[in-house]
Amino acid sequence: MTKLTTALIAATAVMAAAPAMAQWEPNNRPVEFVVASGAGGGTDNFARTIQSVLSRDGIMDQSIVVLNKGGGSGAEAFLYAKQNKGDANKLIFGTNNVYLLPHVAKLAYTTDDLQPVAALALDEFLVWVKADSPYENITDLIEAAKAEPGQIVFGGSQSKDTDETLVALIEQTSGADFKYVPFNGGGEVGVQLAGGHVAANVNNPNENLGQWQAGAVRPLCVFAPERMAESEAISGDMGWQDIPTCKEAGLDIESYRMPRTVWVPADLPEEAVAYYRDALQKVSESEGWKDYLTRTSQSGAFLAGDELKAFIDENETSTVAVFKAEGWTGE
Amino acid sequence: MGNFDLLMHGFGIAITPMHLMLMVAGVLMGLIVGVLPGLGAPNGVSLLIPLTFALDPTSAIILLSSMYWGALFGGSTTSILFNIPGEPSSVATTFDGYPMAQKGESTRALTLAFMSAGIGALLGIIVITLLAGWASNFALKFGAPEYFAVYFLAFAAFIGMGSASPAKTLVSLATGLILSTVGMDTVTGEVRLTFGYDELLSGISFLVVVIGLFGIGELLSTVQEGLRFRGVSSRIDLRDVLRTIRELPRYWATTIRSGLIGIWMGITPGGPTAASFMSYGIARQASRKGQPFGTGRPEGIVAPETADHSAGTCAMLPMLALGVPSSATAAVMMGGLMIWGLTPGPMLFATKPDFVWGLIASMYISNIVGVILVLATVPMFAALLRIPFAIIGPMIVAICFVGAYTVSNSTFDLWLVLVFGLVGYMFNRLDYPLAPLVLAMVLGHKAENAFHQSMVLSDGSLGIFFSNTLVSSIMVLGLALLILPKMLQLGGRLRRKMPVE
Repeated sequence: MTKLTTALIAATAVMAAAPAMAQWEPNNRPVEFVVASGAGGGTDNFARTIQSVLSRDGIMDQSIVVLNKGGGSGAEAFLYAKQNKGDANKLIFGTNNVYLLPHVAKLAYTTDDLQPVAALALDEFLVWVKADSPYENITDLIEAAKAEPGQIVFGGSQSKDTDETLVALIEQTSGADFKYVPFNGGGEVGVQLAGGHVAANVNNPNENLGQWQAGAVRPLCVFAPERMAESEAISGDMGWQDIPTCKEAGLDIESYRMPRTVWVPADLPEEAVAYYRDALQKVSESEGWKDYLTRTSQSGAFLAGDELKAFIDENETSTVAVFKAEGWTGE
Repeated sequence: MGNFDLLMHGFGIAITPMHLMLMVAGVLMGLIVGVLPGLGAPNGVSLLIPLTFALDPTSAIILLSSMYWGALFGGSTTSILFNIPGEPSSVATTFDGYPMAQKGESTRALTLAFMSAGIGALLGIIVITLLAGWASNFALKFGAPEYFAVYFLAFAAFIGMGSASPAKTLVSLATGLILSTVGMDTVTGEVRLTFGYDELLSGISFLVVVIGLFGIGELLSTVQEGLRFRGVSSRIDLRDVLRTIRELPRYWATTIRSGLIGIWMGITPGGPTAASFMSYGIARQASRKGQPFGTGRPEGIVAPETADHSAGTCAMLPMLALGVPSSATAAVMMGGLMIWGLTPGPMLFATKPDFVWGLIASMYISNIVGVILVLATVPMFAALLRIPFAIIGPMIVAICFVGAYTVSNSTFDLWLVLVFGLVGYMFNRLDYPLAPLVLAMVLGHKAENAFHQSMVLSDGSLGIFFSNTLVSSIMVLGLALLILPKMLQLGGRLRRKMPVE
């Protein structure tokens, strides 16, 4: 009996050690893709697209399970990572909310409970108004808000999240005063704008695309250093490349973009992080991924290692400055 | 008529052996996830999404939507037989469905539920077919104040004519409202009432509470009453099914009213759950004759089921035409749509007619397939009640806990089920109504958000709820439903007193 047990333990140990000696691979339990948003949102599509590329192109053989943990603006997913410290079978999908949330809400995790693997895309932000609105460009809108402080309504997704931060940044840069109303998600804000219940929103391209195609809303400017990639005409004869950057339209915000990021729980061996980084890099070079970027009008940008760390530091510092000016940090 | 030609074109796409097979498979899988509480349509559909990567978008949406219809049918089965709602939207079906099954008429209850569900779905699809363009414009008219008015109406319709004592109703309602505020608030971004438990950050899941309150609570009551199911034996006969179908035309008024409520709530994202509660409440107010509601009255099954399914089918319209899902399942499907490379929005109807009309045509066929499949299984499901309690009781406990766990894979939820099981048991013993608590949990947070958003928009003036015709008429209707029944009661009492004095 004891001999058998010893033999079994030895066998198990050998089997467990074997993969470590070769190239690192996740164990044969399914890999969990933990999504920091509800089903159907931008982050959810990001994760599910990666899932489909990984399995279709045979980059990863493990079966993949997508779990939506969108509670508390995504905090639920990051807390889950903390609870599963050192578990190499969990990837967490988010945006910049991973490192920004702890600044505005008292939460039981810190950014150190996760480690970044890669960022794969940058999602753009645009200012949109209803098609028949009197504002022809961003200056019109800002002047109107200066004339009637606190009366022009900006709709956005969630509170103290990327949308409200951007509206605060516009206010701080231009001196105008808007009224911000939070809704549950970008799709909902898009419909509120098309129905004329809010005056403007700062949706990502994909969130307002359907309404723009139908001519219900129109973009004023994009918060990117240069104009967006060339596309076919979307509404009338206008394509994405015809939208001016906000800077050239007279609003002095160089760039405001949201990275789509992938994280793993803290305390993972370097080989595990490297394994996922390589897999994600293969995804970022695939056809399926390029389709996804074009379809959702995002800019592809594969960032990992030191480059990613530098990006996160820069993004965190500049955003926290906006939080502080608004008094959201609770200091 | 353009829409009719397009629909015929759609049937051409939907009726292929491959698509018919997908529909049957989808409905069957949906039935299974619908019957298991907690698993539910949203989970089932998201589990299927990876499988659809290999299909073309039209086949994929046909499979996913068929699963949704199946789950809607399946959800009512456990509501009626065991008082455990398989889906949030079938909670209202328990109120009269379970008592009817207890009286030994489970075949009748199931048949009523399935038939009216099928009729509701068909009403919804007809509206989608005829009014695709107009309906999405109507939905655009709904801003924050209008949403609040709709939720207010749902509360008013349901509470106005409550049979329990007003004080107890208030306690139950307030408990539900407090529970619905747990977690992070959308409008302020603050974390509320979590008492430092990270597990509560995303709020208390409505499904977990319902599984506890109804499933475990009911079980505890049964145990106290001597370890047997009330109303065990029921005749199982296909002829009963036919007899019940012949009985249906009598409830035409309830059916049409509930269908309209469902269509409205499906198009203006109130959702199937709100629709079934509202429709049940209004049916109770509309018919005064006969045995009271809550004791197994047929209209009490017809109303929520018809509304649930017409709302469920109509929820596809705002999802496709506006990109706004009005049910959790529609949200998951919309995610799928984007992965397949389709952009929901007003232009989808113009740019992808094959996809849209193929889907609409498939909705006709798969709902009919669904009704036939579930009716054929009625005797089998009804037979479940013949199994002795000693066997079925532990199975129900296991199903409840497994179901609660699958909601968000959290062991904390298992404790919640236990706690709410005790709460449900106590509510039962002390005659507190459970329905207001459930309603408040479903709609409380949404109503609060809409109210808060309206207040931000109007700088704190209540006048915003009467600022245009649409919102004022919904509010007035709500107030009328809330106050009129009490006034009539009071008036009646006064008139009876007059001659005496």
